[in-house]
Amino acid sequence: MTGKRALYLTGVAVICAWVLVPLWLLAANALGGQPVISAWPKPLIPSAFSFETMLEFLAIEGVFRAMLIGFEVALLCTFFSVLLGLPAGYALARYSFRGANAFRLMVLLTRAFPVGILALPLTVGFIRLGLYDTPLGIALMHTALALPFAVLVSASLFQAIPRELEEAAWVFGCSPLQAALRVVMPLALPGVSAVAIFAFVISWNEVFAASVLSARNRTLTAYLLAMLSESPLTYQFAGALLLIVPSVLFIYLVRKRLFAMWGIASR
Amino acid sequence: MAGIRIEGIRKSFGATTALEAVDLDVADREFVALLGPSGCGKTTLLRIIAGLETQTAGRVLIGDKDISGLPPRARGLAMVFQNYAVFPHLKVRDNIAFGLTMNGADKAKIAQQVESTASLLQLGKLLDRYPAQLSGGQRQRVAVARALAVEPAVLLMDEPLSNLDALLRLDMRAELKEVLRAAGTTTIYVTHDQTEAMALADRIAVLHSGKVEQIGTPSDIYHHPATRFVGGFVGSPPMNFLPKDGALIGIRPEDIDLVSAAEGMEFRVNVVEPLGAQTLLTGTAEGQMLRVALAGEHAIAAGTTLHIRPRPERIRWMDAATGQALPARTPA
Repeated sequence: MTGKRALYLTGVAVICAWVLVPLWLLAANALGGQPVISAWPKPLIPSAFSFETMLEFLAIEGVFRAMLIGFEVALLCTFFSVLLGLPAGYALARYSFRGANAFRLMVLLTRAFPVGILALPLTVGFIRLGLYDTPLGIALMHTALALPFAVLVSASLFQAIPRELEEAAWVFGCSPLQAALRVVMPLALPGVSAVAIFAFVISWNEVFAASVLSARNRTLTAYLLAMLSESPLTYQFAGALLLIVPSVLFIYLVRKRLFAMWGIASR
Repeated sequence: MAGIRIEGIRKSFGATTALEAVDLDVADREFVALLGPSGCGKTTLLRIIAGLETQTAGRVLIGDKDISGLPPRARGLAMVFQNYAVFPHLKVRDNIAFGLTMNGADKAKIAQQVESTASLLQLGKLLDRYPAQLSGGQRQRVAVARALAVEPAVLLMDEPLSNLDALLRLDMRAELKEVLRAAGTTTIYVTHDQTEAMALADRIAVLHSGKVEQIGTPSDIYHHPATRFVGGFVGSPPMNFLPKDGALIGIRPEDIDLVSAAEGMEFRVNVVEPLGAQTLLTGTAEGQMLRVALAGEHAIAAGTTLHIRPRPERIRWMDAATGQALPARTPA
């Protein structure tokens, strides 16, 4: 029994280390300043712990603005993905219609075109439409990337909700829309938040399309890509930390829903 | 409260016909069971009444109002689903109140109604639990309470007991009968279990491949089956059928008596099943497989040859080709 327990604890420790050590290295380097970056082994808690580098980094012309644009794009992408993905997923799950399977395939196929090939025509098209170099334009591109996931995940999500629950709602006085809002949505919420998180993270991390489709109004990733290679190490670490924090925060905020979805009792 | 009338309901899915011209009249406060094997169309009929399925032809009337074109929410009926379909994200209280809330009843009325239906179904202590914290039987009660709370004109039940284990099913069956009699709601109850139909219903409609074979009281259905199918489906063990004079005679296993050698035909016993209240004999008579049910316990060994005689007044004559009941004849 104790052997099993030791094995279990070792496993937990390894998995924690797998996630936490890189994060710790990054945070230590970003927050500890030059002395920590050149030190080895690194101190567990940096002696001169300060947000100075981070603040300096944020003060660099354009970083803060790029972060805001990144947020705007990611939130727009999340919004569009949920808005378009949920109804499409619902239709796939509940109705049998001609071409349902073809539609599933087509949805996946959008990921089969390398963005690199699409870059030039997209840029030209976006310039013509006035979408080039706007957050909305980048968000639309990111939505195209996130949508296959949003559609297919919400389809399986709705499939897992028994149709009888909806029918019961209809019988007991709900219109189809009311049934969807009062019965289906509360049950689908954990999965919907997973869809939202994924769309957000895809957009936040995406760099190629964001770089190609913007010039002055860059998202943080695109901005950092252009800028960091010529920056000192301290700034590179600060930039990396800044990129990671929102995703981690976002997942932390919705962890309850994620846990509920993965069948772990939510706390 | 209201009666319900089904007129010429037909339903086809593409080329297959699920229901062909079904007519059924259910009186106010009556309990009618739709009985039939799986695939006979009984659930489809119930879903058409509920408005969850659209009929190909025909109409459904509640009271004197044609509800055929109305969505489920406007039909004024309630339904208990086979897998309960209790809303997992709502407490028992809110589940029971769901229909009333949707219909815009005022708070005091809802509270009072929830209270009274909950006590009727012994759910008083469970009102603040979630369905996941309930047993199957308790969830079943919640589903029934949710349906009764809206005081529907018609209550539809789709095999509500089939997911319970055998013992619980027996308890729930008796409880259901009591509760529904107290509520006095017109009820249509779908089941494939003939004992359930016999035990609960005022009248039974036996369905077979999309057609109503017979409608009648449980006793009528049991003792005077209109077709060979009804005789063979209702009753456990089912009716025996023997060819005689170009027709078929149907005789229930318990309507056969042991007699002396001079009076009856030879019956060779192959299997003896002592069931306590009954002794069930399976054997052959005149080359035909036959079941005989004797009341009480009997020391009969397999392989014995006995003599039997069907009670003449219990014999049902049927057409050998169509399976339809024929007028009684005097046996030769």
